[in-house]
Amino acid sequence: MDVIAESNKSVTTGIDEKDIKNWVKIYVMGKAYRVPAGLTIMQAMEFAGYRFIRSSGCRAGFCGACATIYRKAEDYKLHAVMACQTRVEDGMFLVQIPFSPAEKSIYNINKENYNVGTLFKHYPELARCLSCNTCTKSCPQDLEVMDYIQDAIKGNFRAVAEESFDCIQCGLCAVRCPAELVQYHIAQLARRMYGRYGTKEPELLNARLKEIEKGKYKNDWDRLLKATTKELEKMYAEREREPD
Amino acid sequence: MSEVKYIRGYPEYMRELIDTVNQTRIKRKDYTPRAMSMEERGNVLKLHPDFAPGGKRKISIGQNKGDIGANEVVDLLEAYPLVKDEEIDLSKVDYEPDILIIGGGLAGTSAAIWANNQGVPAEKILLANKLRHGDANSIMAEGGTQAADRPNDSPVIHFLDAMGGGHFANKPDVLKALVEDAPLIIHWLIELGAMIDREENGEFSEKWGGGTCRRRMHACRDYTGLEEFRVLRDEFRNRKIPSLEFYPAVELLTDGEGRATGAILCNLETSEYEIVKAKSIILATGGFGRLHIRGFPTTNHYGATCDGLVLAYRAGAKLRDTDTVQYHPTGAAFPPQIIGLLLTEKLRSMGAQPVNKDGEAFVFPLEPRDVEAASFIRECYVRNKGILTPTGMRGIWLDTPLIEVKNGEGTIDKAFPGMKRMFERFDIDMRTDPVLVFPTLHYQNGGVETDPEGKTDVEGLYVAGEVSGGVHGKNRLMGNSTLDCMVFGRRSGIYAAEYVKKAKRNGKLSLEHVKRYVNMLEKAGIKRERKAPILLPDYRGKAVLARMIDVF
Repeated sequence: MDVIAESNKSVTTGIDEKDIKNWVKIYVMGKAYRVPAGLTIMQAMEFAGYRFIRSSGCRAGFCGACATIYRKAEDYKLHAVMACQTRVEDGMFLVQIPFSPAEKSIYNINKENYNVGTLFKHYPELARCLSCNTCTKSCPQDLEVMDYIQDAIKGNFRAVAEESFDCIQCGLCAVRCPAELVQYHIAQLARRMYGRYGTKEPELLNARLKEIEKGKYKNDWDRLLKATTKELEKMYAEREREPD
Repeated sequence: MSEVKYIRGYPEYMRELIDTVNQTRIKRKDYTPRAMSMEERGNVLKLHPDFAPGGKRKISIGQNKGDIGANEVVDLLEAYPLVKDEEIDLSKVDYEPDILIIGGGLAGTSAAIWANNQGVPAEKILLANKLRHGDANSIMAEGGTQAADRPNDSPVIHFLDAMGGGHFANKPDVLKALVEDAPLIIHWLIELGAMIDREENGEFSEKWGGGTCRRRMHACRDYTGLEEFRVLRDEFRNRKIPSLEFYPAVELLTDGEGRATGAILCNLETSEYEIVKAKSIILATGGFGRLHIRGFPTTNHYGATCDGLVLAYRAGAKLRDTDTVQYHPTGAAFPPQIIGLLLTEKLRSMGAQPVNKDGEAFVFPLEPRDVEAASFIRECYVRNKGILTPTGMRGIWLDTPLIEVKNGEGTIDKAFPGMKRMFERFDIDMRTDPVLVFPTLHYQNGGVETDPEGKTDVEGLYVAGEVSGGVHGKNRLMGNSTLDCMVFGRRSGIYAAEYVKKAKRNGKLSLEHVKRYVNMLEKAGIKRERKAPILLPDYRGKAVLARMIDVF
């Protein structure tokens, strides 16, 4: 166990400078720091002494809290990434955008119509899309954001739902959109509409719900809840695994 | 690092080892090692971090005195409070909801919605989050949610699977609630518009999970928790339920006679405290991965620091199953930037095989998590057939290309977009190359003891999700955590709503229980060197910390 703990030390307690051979220089909001090469932006900022309150959530690329933009010297391009999923590079000029104020429409999913009108009713600014593709370029998940917005305009719920599915709602698209759309909220509405109205009924689930309601398993429960550990062990060992 | 030459994401020496995996793949395609007998499981479990010597001790004070827990957890139970009684003015109340929910992951958010369904007006509910609403382990759940809804399956079989996985230590009545509500929860999710993977005919596309004898995993690609959570959060926002962000609870309040009556929250940015008075409190604060128990990396989010156990224990709630910790068998072991992050069990459900240095499949891929994890440790540290990484870790190959061989090309694109994206960011293509894994700290199996209604033995205090203990026994199965959050989020929301309709507000807010706890700490001779809850881990560089000065 101690050997395992030792090999994980850099991850669990922070990096020991003695072990570092290669260094890079990064700029956090304009301030230069020397940090070990190979760290993520988040790890590098912590190494440099930052203790996050904002801009750190799941630390695994799912939550969108650490949306970060950076530019490099003599490069016109503004890059958009997640700080927890991106290696530092020499000369990065970084700033984090942990919060983007955005309006979410309020609705009742049970009362909406499954047509394009619903999207425009809640997000009329959809019509302002300039097709400039800035949203797509700013997406750290590499989603085709502009494409799904165009699908939304056409009322193609399935396409919006599938294209936007991997969205982590970091908000970078909405911050950069010149037409001031909130792409990720529009996609959320479209996905819920598709999930609710665009798929067939799962008949097996409905049948099981009825069985449970009718008390089909009552006798089994009476038996199981009274069973001794020994009896449970026996039942467990006798289960048969369904074929692959 | 510049002097190491990387070829498609791996250093040269690892490339050579990958060739061995590639060579044996076709032979392994139709071969799966058989599942272990109970005796074999028992043998390999001796190597599990829970059972290997050291790492644990007895709790010396409180209602669980004498029980065993991980050192890191007992350290926090045997720690002094962050706030002192005399610093806090309890006469000025800032919020007065009927129900206060602490923690906004799947459990807390479900609780809020169901309390609202049960007739508690939105403005009488308050959700307090340590970080953002949704900075939780829930959204990182990848693999799926279990629900027995296929004809050859039943809640009873689901019950037995979970019982065996939990070493028969699960509370039977609580587990029954979990498995019997599961189909209802899936139905609720699709009514709200969650996109659960389907077949063309509308039926769910259900996968295997470790330790189950039926396919009952309902997944949303490999973003299951994210999809479930963002739908529930969207619904929560549609109902205009008040929510506070960056406001962790630092202590519960009681009436001094054993009832929970409120909490002290702290604005993380200004450090100002605020007082909440409530008729009932639902604790949904999640787990403890960021304690890095036994020095393991973790899959958990930044705020998973065991706060709920500390707060509830001081208020008099009983804990259970504190002696076990879940290590997920497949945490990333390479590249170093993502060490410890989760590689979903669904990879193995769909055919990825654990393979050792010699290209051999050495274990049934879907044992319960503790057994699988222990067998990886055995392969690396007893049989010496692990793969050494440039940072000194040892790992096992997870042969992901086998997924494509077994299910057809393009399966990974479709079923694992999140995993594929994570490795692509570091130039590794998991469709053609295996990935390296080692167990990682994943889940708090035990917690605050609960009953089928989510009640604790402190009146007015409910628990839901990872902070609770009893439903999973000593080891949780895949797909039962998101389920736990929603089943007991719903139940605690409903029963807390029923409770507040009847409860008289006696109006008393006190820190009496904390004073008593401090007395116990002092009597036990525990030094004032630790404070809890710790709220956030600290990963700052040591050199910076050494030169830090206190200027304002």
